[in-house]
Formats: sequence, structure tokens, C-alpha cells
Amino acid sequence: MSEHGAVTESDDGDPDADQQAEESTARTGADSVVASLETAGVETVFGVQGGAIMPVYDALYDSELEHVTMAHEQGAAHAADAYGAVSGDPGVCMATSGPGATNLVTGLADADMDSEPVVALTGQVPTELVGNDAFQETDTIGVTTPITKSNYFASSPDSVGEDVSTAFALANHGRQGPTVVDLPKDVTTGETDVGPVEPEVPGTVDVQTRADDESVAAAAQTIVDADEPVILAGGGVVKGDATEELFAFATEHEIPVVTTMPGIGAFPEDHDLALEMAGMHGTGYANMAITLTDCLLAVGTRFDDRLTGGVDSFAPDADVVHVDIDPAEISKNVEADHPLVGDAGTVLDQLDEAMPGSPATDAWVRQCREWREEYRLDYSAPEDEPLKPQYVVEAVDEATADDTVVTTGVGQHQMWACQFWTYTEPRTWVSSHGLGAMGYGLPSAIGARVAADDDQSVVCFDGDGSFLMTCQELVVAVREQMDITVFVLNNEAIGMVRQWQDAFFDGRRMASEYPWVPKFDTLAEAFGADGFRIEGYDDAPGVIEEALATDGPAVVDVYIDPTEDVYPMVPSGGDNGQFALTEAHL
Amino acid sequence: MSDRDTDREGLPGPAPEDRPRPKGRRNSQGIRVDPEVEAEHPPRRTVISALVEHEPGVLARASGLFSRRQFNIESLTVADTQNDDWARITVVVEEPDPGIDQVEKQLEKVVPVIHVRELEDDAVARELVVVKVDADRPHEVHAITEMYNGKTLDAGPRTITVELTGDEQKINDAIDAYRQFGIREIARTGQTALARGETKTAVVPDHLK
Repeated sequence: MSEHGAVTESDDGDPDADQQAEESTARTGADSVVASLETAGVETVFGVQGGAIMPVYDALYDSELEHVTMAHEQGAAHAADAYGAVSGDPGVCMATSGPGATNLVTGLADADMDSEPVVALTGQVPTELVGNDAFQETDTIGVTTPITKSNYFASSPDSVGEDVSTAFALANHGRQGPTVVDLPKDVTTGETDVGPVEPEVPGTVDVQTRADDESVAAAAQTIVDADEPVILAGGGVVKGDATEELFAFATEHEIPVVTTMPGIGAFPEDHDLALEMAGMHGTGYANMAITLTDCLLAVGTRFDDRLTGGVDSFAPDADVVHVDIDPAEISKNVEADHPLVGDAGTVLDQLDEAMPGSPATDAWVRQCREWREEYRLDYSAPEDEPLKPQYVVEAVDEATADDTVVTTGVGQHQMWACQFWTYTEPRTWVSSHGLGAMGYGLPSAIGARVAADDDQSVVCFDGDGSFLMTCQELVVAVREQMDITVFVLNNEAIGMVRQWQDAFFDGRRMASEYPWVPKFDTLAEAFGADGFRIEGYDDAPGVIEEALATDGPAVVDVYIDPTEDVYPMVPSGGDNGQFALTEAHL
Repeated sequence: MSDRDTDREGLPGPAPEDRPRPKGRRNSQGIRVDPEVEAEHPPRRTVISALVEHEPGVLARASGLFSRRQFNIESLTVADTQNDDWARITVVVEEPDPGIDQVEKQLEKVVPVIHVRELEDDAVARELVVVKVDADRPHEVHAITEMYNGKTLDAGPRTITVELTGDEQKINDAIDAYRQFGIREIARTGQTALARGETKTAVVPDHLK
């Protein structure tokens, strides 16, 4: 892959480029940008060329950094985001000014909502033209301010290297998130003798990693006194690399574990204490437990409305112990009786040490197990009906190893991938949770592929609507010969919208049905990928096996039952405990 | 494939009305309440002071987060301090307690912010207002200005412009008093404030001093 990245760069290059590079020995701002990335340990950059960012690309020409040329800047941002999700280290994306930068916006907003570490470098018009509405000028700082942790407008070739290092450090520090450095062309072309610096966060940033002992002791006592405790594991457990601490705590004290959607992978779903995901399309048993619990230990979650439903009915009998590294999340949506600010793993260890014993949970665990039977996730799959999507997810899960990384787009297929895949390891579930950005699936599979180990499989479940939004990134997967298998669960609709229209808009299916979608297997072949099609139960196992065995990128167009909807469902703002099992319950 | 259910409609389990229900509930602020009493926090007015590094974009980030999170902001002032590298932002907010807590925490997250706190009721808070009124009754205007310890900035045949400083209540009272003359225009600075006496308005960590 590295050769391919380099070749793409030089293929279009000027034949005199080498000679020019030899002539210029002075370091530029662009050299500093690249040197800072190298110093920070960056190995791969996802990006798209363009006028104002050209000096930085020129500096990449001589660098060891791999560059993955994406088809669209949104793809670059999503790929960087997924790289961050799978590796835990910041993903870097790069784009030019104006449309390049604005195309990054969806990906940055996604990373902001999901606390993924991303550093975006954007070209900018020369400083003297800033504010003049120059060609391809956009106020990138203004546009990205509400959707980044921080952003920097580089003001000088001498300080631009430090700007990049700071942005990298901030993206990775405390609660991770996206940062931007806007790079005016005169800054990147200007000369400097300032060398790169190690990434360091500004002195004003002070992240508390250890909760205060007194609060921990009080929280521990509350947990021990509880009869029906539940752990709610959020994305912070995965991002904070606290899955081992969580596992130790839950199993030692016999406390059932529910996860949020980003929290998938925080606790093995095949464990006896696992109740899986709660919320809008969570399992019935998770929603029963989280509604009736008397003590909720919430770790690394912001209590998103898709999790809580209406807050008036959210865990209303529970003392809430809330562990979060971001103090602003404490009591933002749900009041914490025991606020514990700190790093997930550190605070879980603190709690474990402070526990004067374990809560008596036998009856409660038994009750949760009964719910798991009573409300088991299931689907009906008659032979004479079209293929059920749930079956496809289960079949691919069975055909792949436990450490397979799953990425998704957004919609019904994403929910089936949550519900019917059994996640047992952290950083194997990659999705657009908070922003809900359709089109996330394929570019995130590319980012995940770069970050994952070579022997790890990467599978993408996408919907036909979602896939259409970013399918041009297939060109990247083909060029780099990335081993990715995309299953397009094709119901010729943006199915989640159609489901809501049927449930809440009297079945008036305005603009939600896509009978005109292309044949995705043929489309894949046009890109140079392997295309497959599954039309029913008979061909499913064989084609799944064949597609997974393909070395490069493969796209499987899966004709699923277009009438299948996602249940259980808690309607927006509804009561989690009153989840609907069929449309009749809504 | 062998364990596929081939004929069932919908998911198994008791219908919503047949499930056990929790006893309690929360209010719209996510706070557990006695089901019999609706206990929402009423909004209150308070002054929040933030010491920030004086760099471009910090005010935009701070004010952007107020609008994005729909915080109810009465006024916002920002200017230099004794140290050229620092600026002080003073915000008057009207929010319930959880909202005030969020304003502080969200401000604290802005990277160049050094310190944030809510000031006590006894904080020294002042606002300046410039009022332009009709000059038909100059002596009476002057008398009101004297009464509120104001200053006449400009007196012409048709308009008189005065300056007053004071706490919010005094400014509001004075403006009411000027109404009888016909107010043409008003410009207010919004409140700026320091903690009283030895109490520090902002605590600066040693490594930033």
C-alpha cells in the first residue's frame, strides 16, 4: 500500500520536481508541518490535493509519510476518524481551502460528536488575501469552530510546526476530538529555521484523571447498597482503553452491563452479564434493566437522547454514579448523584478499591437473564419470503473471526449490525453514532483497514442509500488493493426514513424509496472491485464465503426483504421500558 | 441457517402495558423528582467571569457556545487586563442552576480559557450607559443626572447626552427616570465585575503566571 500512495503522488508530478527539490535546501512552513506530523508519530495521511494545500503536498513528496489519496474530502475525514477509532491515535486528514475544507465538515462534526481523535490540515488563501473573498476562500476557522475541540489559524512559518503539534496533542488529550490547523499558502511557502516540537497541550488545559477519593468512597457505598445495579458502558470506556478494568469490576461484583452504541465492544456481548445495547433500538432486556435499575454506574457516556429516550422516564429509580473525563458531561442531561470526574480506567480501579464488598445481585442477575430470554432478539425468516437482513449479519459474523472490524453507514442496516453481530472486542465496532452521517461506511472501512492489523478482517455493512453517498471511495480501495468486504443491505429505500413514514406519517413515503438504485455488484466491477450478489437464502452462505475470501475490495449487493423494519424501538422521546416490539406498540 | 424461525410475527416478549414499571420519574432537567411535586429549578441571574488568554477566536468560541447551547445571555463584555496576554470575559446569564453549571463547564473547556467562576452576590459589578434624550427640559435632565451621579457628555439645543455608571438596578432606574424627557438612543456596555476584597476573581495556575 505504501508504494501505491507514493506512486499516486509522483505520477502526476512535474518531471523536474526532483531537480527543484534538490535546488531548494531551505526549510519551509510546509516542511515544518510535515516534520511535526512525523515527530508526532503519524504514519498515514488521508487527503485530497488542491491549490492552497499544494505546498504541504509538495513537502510530503520527500517524506516517509504514507498518503492515501481519497476521492472526496468527506471520505478523507471519515477515514481519519475511523483510523482514530480503530488505532486510538489521531487520524490525520488534509484538504485544500474553500470546498476542500467545507467537504471535511461532515467528517469533523462526526468526529466531534463521537470524540474521535482527528487532526485536519486545511489549505488557506495567502494571508494578504484572507477576508477578500478570494478564490476558494472560506472562513475555515469560523466554519469549524463549533465542531472542533480547538482550531488554529497558522500565522507564521516559524510557529506553524508548533500549531500542528499542539493540534495533534489536543486531539489526543483527555476526551479526544477533532482539531483543525488552517494553513495560509504564504505560511507554508515561507522559509523558517524552526524545527519540529513534541506535541504538547497548552498550559491552560488541565484534565483531571483521578476522581477525588471521598466521592469515590460514597459512590462505592451506593453501589454496594444497591439491589439492582447496572453498569452503562459508553464510548469513553473504549476510547479510554478501560475495557479490562470494566470487565474486572463487572465480573467481580456481578453487575449486569448495558452499553450505549459507541460503547459496543466495551464488554463482550457473549458474556453472561452482557445485556448489550440500550436505547432507541437497543435490546428489550437492556432497556428493561436500565429502566428498573436502582443504581446506574454510567462510565464515559453523555446520555444522548437516542439512549435515554425521554429523560423523565430514564432510569427514574436509579442513583446515578457518573464517571466521565469531561466535567461538562456530568449532570448535563441526567443528574449525577455521584459525579466522578476522571479517566474511565483509573476511576473504575479507584471504585474497585473503595468497594466495601459487593452488592447482593443474585436475584437481579437472574431477573436480567429472564428478560434476556423473554425479549430475545429474534426474527422470523420464512423460506418463501425475501432474505432477512438480520440473517445476513449473523451469517457474516459466523463466517469471520472475533477481531473483525465492522464499520457501517447510518440507518436500518446499522441497527441490524448493532443488534445481530456479537461484539466481543473493543475497537471492532466503527460507526457514525452521534452525528448519524449516512455515507460513513465505506470511507470508514478504508480508514479502519489502514489502522487494523494485517490479519484482521474489515467488513462494512452499508445500506443502499448510505452507500450511494460515498461509493466513489471504492476507487481508493481498488487502487490500494485494500481487503475490505462491503455488504450493501439493499432494500431500495432509505429504510429508516421509510420505517418512520410508515409508523408516524401515515405511510406517506415521500422521497424515501430508491427503486432506481444501480446494481451495486456491477458498479463495484466498474471500479475494478469484485462484485457479488445475494438474492436469497440459497446463495447467501456460498457468496458470503466467496466475498470474504476475496483479497482486494469486494462489494456484495444483498437483496433483502424491503418490508423488514427495525425492532425493538423506543420512539423519539419515549419511555425506554415501553419499547415497541412491533409497529402496533408504537 | 438451521435455527431460523420460519413462521413467527414480530419479536417475543410481553407487550408494553404488561411490563413492570419504575416508581419514580425525572423532570425535564434529568433530575429525579417526587412524582407528586414538579421540582424544576427556576432561572436566576448571575455573573460569570472568565480569564482567558488573549488570542484570536477566543471570544468567538465563547459566544458561539452560548448561542449553540441556547444559554440565556443578558450581556457579555470582554477587554484587556493588567496582563497584556490575558483578557477578562464577564457574562451575565439568566439560567436555572444546571444551566449556570453548564455555562461554567463549557466555558472551562474552551482551550484558551484559564479560569472560570460564578461571582458571589457581593461582587463589585458595574455597567456604563450612555443615554441621549430630548433637550426640551434641560434643567430637569440635569437634575436627574446629578441625582444618579451621572455626567453630561454633550448638551445641544435639541439633545442632551449623559453618562451613568452603576449596578444594573441603578442603571435601570435612571433610564426609567429619563423616559419622561423622551429617550432617543441608549448604549449600554453590559456588566463588568470583580470579586470583592481579597477574593480572587480568577485563579491563575503558577505555570501560566
